[in-house]
This record gives sequence, C-alpha cells and structure tokens, in this order.
Amino acid sequence: MIEMHDIWKTYPDGTVALQGINVVIDRNEFVYIVGPSGAGKSTFLKLIYREEVPTKGQISVNGFNIGKLKRRKIPYIRRNIGVIFQDYRLLPKLTVYENVAFAMEVIEAPRRLIKRRTLEVLDLVGLKHKAGSMPSQLSGGEQQRVAIARAIVNNPAVIVADEPTGNLDPDTSWEIMKLLEEINFRGTTIVMATHNKEIVNTMRKRVIAIENGKIVRDQQRGDYGYEI
Amino acid sequence: MRFSTLARHVREGGKSVVRNGWLSFASISSIAVSLFILGVFMLLSLNVNKLADQLDSQVMIRVYLKLGLDEAKIEEVSREIRRIPELKTVTFVSKAEGLERLREMSGEEGKEALKGYTEENNPLPDSFEIEVFNPQTVAVAAQKIEAINERDPDQPIMSVRYGAGTVEKLFKVTNALRNIGLIIVAGLAVMAMFLISTTIRTSIFSRRREIEIMKLVGATNAFIRWPFFVEGILIGLIGSGITTLALLFGYSWLIGTTQKDIGLYLIELASLEELGWIVAVSILGLGIILGVWGSVISIRKFLRA
Repeated sequence: MIEMHDIWKTYPDGTVALQGINVVIDRNEFVYIVGPSGAGKSTFLKLIYREEVPTKGQISVNGFNIGKLKRRKIPYIRRNIGVIFQDYRLLPKLTVYENVAFAMEVIEAPRRLIKRRTLEVLDLVGLKHKAGSMPSQLSGGEQQRVAIARAIVNNPAVIVADEPTGNLDPDTSWEIMKLLEEINFRGTTIVMATHNKEIVNTMRKRVIAIENGKIVRDQQRGDYGYEI
Repeated sequence: MRFSTLARHVREGGKSVVRNGWLSFASISSIAVSLFILGVFMLLSLNVNKLADQLDSQVMIRVYLKLGLDEAKIEEVSREIRRIPELKTVTFVSKAEGLERLREMSGEEGKEALKGYTEENNPLPDSFEIEVFNPQTVAVAAQKIEAINERDPDQPIMSVRYGAGTVEKLFKVTNALRNIGLIIVAGLAVMAMFLISTTIRTSIFSRRREIEIMKLVGATNAFIRWPFFVEGILIGLIGSGITTLALLFGYSWLIGTTQKDIGLYLIELASLEELGWIVAVSILGLGIILGVWGSVISIRKFLRA
C-alpha cells in the first residue's frame, strides 16, 4: 500500500527532515507514527499525500510512484487519500453538509449520489442533525468528526491523520479514535501521527518511532515509548 | 466537465457572493464608484466629440466659376466636381441667388449699396457650395477641385475657398479635445483597476487557506477557479449594473433640465438614444472584465504553489 525506499528530505532552508527512511505499510494496517516534535513525523505524512516530494529515494502509494508525479496529476492521487489534521481544516464558509459534499463534487459524482453518500457518512460520524450548521457553530470534536466524514466520503484506500486528537479533551479524543478504528475495521489503511501516549498504549497497534529523521523503532502491537 | 458540475460552479459562485457579505459589498461598491466616475467622463467626452463633429461639419468648400460661362460648360464642370469621391453634397448657387443672399446678409445699409445691381449687371460669379464626408479631408478635396482647371483649357474655375489656415486651426482644437477626453477616460480606467486590486488584496488572505484545503481534498485548479470566476462576473455585473442605471437616469434628468427648464440652446447635449447604448455596453463590459480580472488574480498565486 505504502512503500518508501531510502527516503531523504531536505527543505530549501537546509533543514534535514528525513534521513534514509525504509518502510512498508500494508493494506488495512493501522500505524502510529510517534516521536519528539520536529523529528520528521509531519514530513513523513506529507510525503504520503504528496504535499512534499522526497529529495532522494522512492515512494509509492497505492502502486503509484508519487515521487515522479506531474503536478497536474496530484489532485487525482489525493482523491484516494483522506487527510485529517489537528486544526480540522474545514471550509469556513460552507455548511457541514457542503464541506463533506465538496470532496464528492470534486470527483464529479452525480448529485443524487452525493446527497445519499454525504448523509450516510454524516450519520456514521453522528452529525446528520448538524448538516446545516456552519463549522464555527460546532465544538472541536464535532468539527473533527466532520473532517473524518469528509476524509472517508470517497472510500479512500488510505487515511493520513496528523495529530487528529491534538486539540481535543480525552473523552472526545476517544470518540475520534473509536471512529478511526471503525473505519480501519472496514478496510481502510490508517497512518496517524500522535503525541497521545494513552491512546497508543491502549490501542496496541503497529508503532513506528521517528527521531532525527530516522526510524528508530518499528514494533507490532507496540507502545508509545516516551515519557511526557 | 459535466453539465451538473458547471451548474454547481455557478451555484457556488452565487453563494459565495452572498456569504462573503461585506467583502462582496466592498468589491461591488469599488467597481460601481470607479466606473461611475469613468462613466461621467465618458459622457462628457462623447458630448465634446459631438460638439467637435458639429464644428467640423460646418466646414464647407465654395467654388467660384469664371464669369460668363454658358450653361453647358457649367453642367460640365458640375459633372467633373461630382466625380470627386470625398464630396458629400454639391449645390449649385447661381449668381442671381448669390446676389439675393448678399442682399439678405448685408441688411439696411447694404441694400442701399446694392440697389443698382439687377439681373443684367450682376457682378457676382456662379458658384458651388460643397460639403465633404470627412471634414478633415477638406484640403485634399479642394486641391482636386482646383485640378479641374489644369485639364480644361477654358480654366472655368476662378477660385476655390474653404478657409485655409482657419480650418486647420479648428481641426487642431477639435482633435485636441477628442484626445484629451480619450486620455482622461483611459487614465480613469487604470485608476479603477488599482482601486479594485486593493480591495481584492484584502480578500486574498482568507482565500489562501480555503484554496489549500480544497487542494488537499483533491480539487483540480480548474475546479477551484470556476466558482471564483462566476463570483467575479456576478460582482462585476452588479457593480456596473448599478452604475449604468445611475448614469442613464442621471443623464436623462440632465437633458431634461438643460433643454426644458434652463433652455441652454447653445450647447445641445447628445440624446440618451445616441449615447445610452455605448455607455451601457462599455460600462457593463468593463465591469465584468474588472470583476473577473480581480477574482482571477486574487487566486492565481495560490493555484500555482
């Protein structure tokens, strides 16, 4: 599903973010990316959804070599990758319904299908009754659930989540994690960067630890491994 | 692109105008205000042009014939003159008519002086009054008329007059008036662009993030651009629509008061029928161009990255 071979990444300002990453993530895996701030976790994720290109090395997602992807092809591979962020990134002037429907309008799905599927995923995340609300009227947890609904509405093969519980209280964080686990259970690969020790230690999934741009630990049913 | 997607873009563009509230209002009013100023100068300049045309069109060529030509010869000369393509109308003025006109123009005193002249001893020559299509070609036309003499051994033309010297000065003034009008209008159009681009710059920052998010979800540049494009058209159309209505109503009111109440007969304003279409089409066209241009440049930068 995701394969990286000897991936190096140096930013234009000289910051070295990744140094020789080798990793294979299979279909239907749930992977936590842990490590100190600035270790390269976000860069690792950005390579997957082609926000950044590696300076050196090969990366393929879904069988596509995305290191060599032409710029105008980027939108098309993103449609197969759902993204979730700490700051939700909803379109502020669109309603909850419109935010989720947007991802389907982009792929030019028929309007009737958009309506059915959007309401279906909003129901799945428990926000069907807020379909007409604006994002600013929702709590943080609700906004994140909308973002999740948007990420899964097109049935992507992979979901990339960058600290999705970073702004949420523990109870809400657990609701989000239950949703993600449910989505993973239905067959979607999930790669999630997190600082949440409790979640990692409780869920017992594969854990990849990155420090100084290198993978220092790759453990099935692993734990968080850092004391904060 | 599917038709339903196009419909979606139009819907989203319209929604965006409404939801952007004061930002749309700011763009619409800056377009409306700058086009209004432009429109006022356009009306002014079109009226100056009309005045210049009126002045120009009073330019006329007078051809005086040699005394004592017979009718056949006059007919021949007349045919020769009418062959010149620049000429619009050629009117024959017989020497009898000429005398009559002179009597009318010279008033009481003149009548006394002209008393002794009758049909028989009329000292005036027969002549032609000639209008040209384009007043600016009057000198060329006059030369061509003079050239008739060179081909004809009888030399039937005594003189050709069109106010040489004076006419050239008049054209200088009228052309200057037209050019000044054009420069002012062009300058105002540039000013309108600056005014609108500053309004747009304020909206850029809120859009930057939106565009980033749309791209993360897999939207192509074209998909992102379309609703902004529609939004630009709508804003331009609303802004210039308001301006056009204001200009047309304002102008028809102005014509009404100057022509009826004040009775300003000296300066005859161009009618609404004459100018209305030109003003409406160019203001609406400019408005749409400005709106689209504004919204396209406001997103272009973020689409490239």
